[in-house]
Amino acid sequence: MDLSLSTRSVGDRTVVEVGGEIDVYTAPKLREQLVELVNDGKYHLVVDMEGVDFLDSTGLGVLVGGLKRVRAHEGSLRLVCNQERILKIFRITGLTKVFPIHTSVDDAVNATD
Amino acid sequence: MATVELRFSALPEHVRTARLVAAAVARRAGVDESVLDEVRLAVGEACSRAVGLHQRGGIGGTVRVALTDQEKRFLIEVEDEAGPAAVPASGAAESGEPDEDTLGLAVITGLVEDLEVTNGTDGGLIRMSWPVSVPSVAV
Repeated sequence: MDLSLSTRSVGDRTVVEVGGEIDVYTAPKLREQLVELVNDGKYHLVVDMEGVDFLDSTGLGVLVGGLKRVRAHEGSLRLVCNQERILKIFRITGLTKVFPIHTSVDDAVNATD
Repeated sequence: MATVELRFSALPEHVRTARLVAAAVARRAGVDESVLDEVRLAVGEACSRAVGLHQRGGIGGTVRVALTDQEKRFLIEVEDEAGPAAVPASGAAESGEPDEDTLGLAVITGLVEDLEVTNGTDGGLIRMSWPVSVPSVAV
């Protein structure tokens, strides 16, 4: 399965809905999307990963890269994920401490801290 | 001899194939369903790392994945041809992303208990194994 990406604005946040597999082959597409959003001045991103079937370290690297980019503009990058097998990868690498991870898009969009 | 052996050009688009084949062979060998996700992820990471080493080194070549159904363990070996202790090129940091090689190894180390990462003159070898659940009643 390939990667699917779609974006929409919710208030001052931009929700990036990701579906399919994020791996060494597809991760560059996600990177391009995040870079494009930041270049367009979208600095508050919510990456909805509920439709993601597979995520590897390449995908993690892209998300960390995205976080660095939005932070350079005092922005934020929040994740939405309830899937245990995906959350496990964030835990193994210690990235649960780096990303705010929410259980729903609404929760992530309304979060302020 | 490996139960199933796969060789692919060191390109990102083939890593998914390696993941799917490894998971299918592991399932057939009797690796527990609950760890198949781990097997899939670990093989993907090992293959991504191998492909990355080839690409950063600017060399072609193939990645070899050997899947061996031993009596009580299911063994997976991923071997690259990227040369001795391939070091990421200095340009790798330009993208602003963290060192994917480090993240990849962190994932593999966190997932696999029985793991061995070695480097020879031709390239690196990642060897990992999982227990096989032997059915108590033959079907």
